Amino acid sequence: MAVAREAEPVSSLREVKEAGLDREDLLNVYRSLLLTRGIEDRGHILYKQGKIPGSFYTGRGNEAASVGVATAMGPDDVGTPLHRDMGVHVVRGVEPWRIFAQYMGRVDGPTRGRDGNVHMADNKLGLIAMVSHLPAMLPVAVGCALAFRIREEKRVALAWFGEGASARGDTHEGMNFAGTRRLPVVFVCDNNQWAYSTPTHLEYACENLADRAQAYGFDGVVVDGTDVLAVYREAKRAIEKAREGGGPTLLECMTLRMEGHAVHDDASYVPKEMFEEWAKRDPLERFRSWLRENADLTDEEEEEIAGQIKKTLSDAIRRADESPLPNPDDLTEGVYASPEDLDTPHHK
Amino acid sequence: MAVKTYLQAISDGLRQEMQRDKRVYVIGEDIGVYGGAFKVTQGFQEEFGAWRVIDAPLSETAIVGSCTGAAIMGLRPVAEMQFADFISCAWDQLVTVAAKQRYRAGTAVPIVVRLPSGGGFSGGPFHSQNPESSFAHIPGLKIVCPATPADAKGLLVSAIEDPNPVLYFEHKHLYRRIKDEVPDERYTVPLGKARVHREGDDVTVVTWGAMVYTADEAAKQLESDLSVEIVDLRSLSPWDKEAVLTSVEKTSRALVLHEDTRTGGFGAEIVATIMEESFESLDAPVKRVAAPDTPVPFSPPLEKKFIPQVEDVLAGLRDLAEY
Repeated sequence: MAVAREAEPVSSLREVKEAGLDREDLLNVYRSLLLTRGIEDRGHILYKQGKIPGSFYTGRGNEAASVGVATAMGPDDVGTPLHRDMGVHVVRGVEPWRIFAQYMGRVDGPTRGRDGNVHMADNKLGLIAMVSHLPAMLPVAVGCALAFRIREEKRVALAWFGEGASARGDTHEGMNFAGTRRLPVVFVCDNNQWAYSTPTHLEYACENLADRAQAYGFDGVVVDGTDVLAVYREAKRAIEKAREGGGPTLLECMTLRMEGHAVHDDASYVPKEMFEEWAKRDPLERFRSWLRENADLTDEEEEEIAGQIKKTLSDAIRRADESPLPNPDDLTEGVYASPEDLDTPHHK
Repeated sequence: MAVKTYLQAISDGLRQEMQRDKRVYVIGEDIGVYGGAFKVTQGFQEEFGAWRVIDAPLSETAIVGSCTGAAIMGLRPVAEMQFADFISCAWDQLVTVAAKQRYRAGTAVPIVVRLPSGGGFSGGPFHSQNPESSFAHIPGLKIVCPATPADAKGLLVSAIEDPNPVLYFEHKHLYRRIKDEVPDERYTVPLGKARVHREGDDVTVVTWGAMVYTADEAAKQLESDLSVEIVDLRSLSPWDKEAVLTSVEKTSRALVLHEDTRTGGFGAEIVATIMEESFESLDAPVKRVAAPDTPVPFSPPLEKKFIPQVEDVLAGLRDLAEY
């Protein structure tokens, strides 16, 4: 029996304005969606060209979920985005060329070649770098929220996790602790229905993961993760509620992982009909149509935006490619922090 | 300067840091209202309030993980594991998240995890362990094992000041048994700097934590025959290689002693380093005295056999002297 609230779709421009977005904001959301997919598409090509070592992960199908939530964050809010959440890095302002440098293992990537793919974050933009062990970052985000509560700051932490990670104890401990203390944290589940090859019915036995929120003493909401405006509106509600002392929310964004777990995986275990059905709900196409119908997006604007994105991506790849590979002699540097490392906006 | 127990020194050091620095808070199980299983934080909640002395659910992962988040946000968390043994439940948060964050992402994680460790009172397999060597193997973590009340306070202050994750092993058997003078004012004892507990010329004993006192008793008993130098490492990561090598080069004989089990124990690292760097100065093979490779047993005669005793150290020292 489902107990979480199901979010309504956002239908009109009036509703969007009520939720706090004007037309220019909407165009920025559209740009972020395009840039998110563009970075991953171009990254995939670079990977096939042998310019990216290791493996390569994309969040295709999850763009609206990540962009929608990140757009709802305040400037001083923080979060722990994961490997399907490129849109969060894009919205928070990580420069695309640094993302490509990260992919290519260059010194100008956020981890300076010490870690790869989406294992990155710019701490100055309020993001904390993920680890592979999911959802180990969830209790970390809870700790950010705890710090805000201790200092009585009106800031909110965003904790991302996937439905696969919901099976691990870190999720339970983090949510339970946040619930007991009513901490200002929003748990965002990117439910893309597949944990590598494992389908949801082998991952959890409740109807919605958001139903679990009730057991932790807070609200659960299920939202269509391909509808960027619905995601934005629900994230905004949850974030502002947390900011005002109303405690956590578990926001479950329903999507489909439109590619394999990583690029080596052809996802042959996903039924073809499932891909076909979800392809009709492509988040970028959905939002583009919505903008044309509701916000008078013109052919000229579309072309102009597409041109900007293309140029941004080409410039970014060129600049990233100019960034040097790390010097092997620096291998052992930086294992331990020095006092200067505490010179960040967070350590005032 | 007042005479204090090892436990009181930890408690006073922590309280002083909390009074001085608003960023410092403590979190753990039963540490607030109850004052902690060993009463290290007794009276803290009355003084600092429930948001700086936080009673957490039984959730070691959430305790350590949340410390990492709060530390990145600018606070200075000090977490208490009720027993060091329970740190296994937070392994991922320490080893996967906190220890690697600086190297990977350039993000400092200044947290301290207090770990009441060690045996000697029938705590059994899950309330007696000394898991320091597991963590000494992890780049990015620092490890402190004070033996004296003065060091307990000074090393705790250093650990809180340090911009890295620090595991602070406080030996339960020393809590109320060991008393000494502790300065009232704030001071630090640097991490990675050993202390010569006892000066001597014939044999060096390298040890830390409660075993400092076991070594000391053995050295006293041999006093008329053998001059034993005891080097108390005080921290294992970083560890004071120079102090050990200097002492071994003086005495030309070394015994490494620890309460943790033998195989893969930190003693092996010390022995290997002496062999690599001071082989020429040795007059005998370096000796190890450590617990056997078993879980920590419960029943008193078994536990006594498990934990290295004065007699074991005496036998080792005699072997070395006679070699």
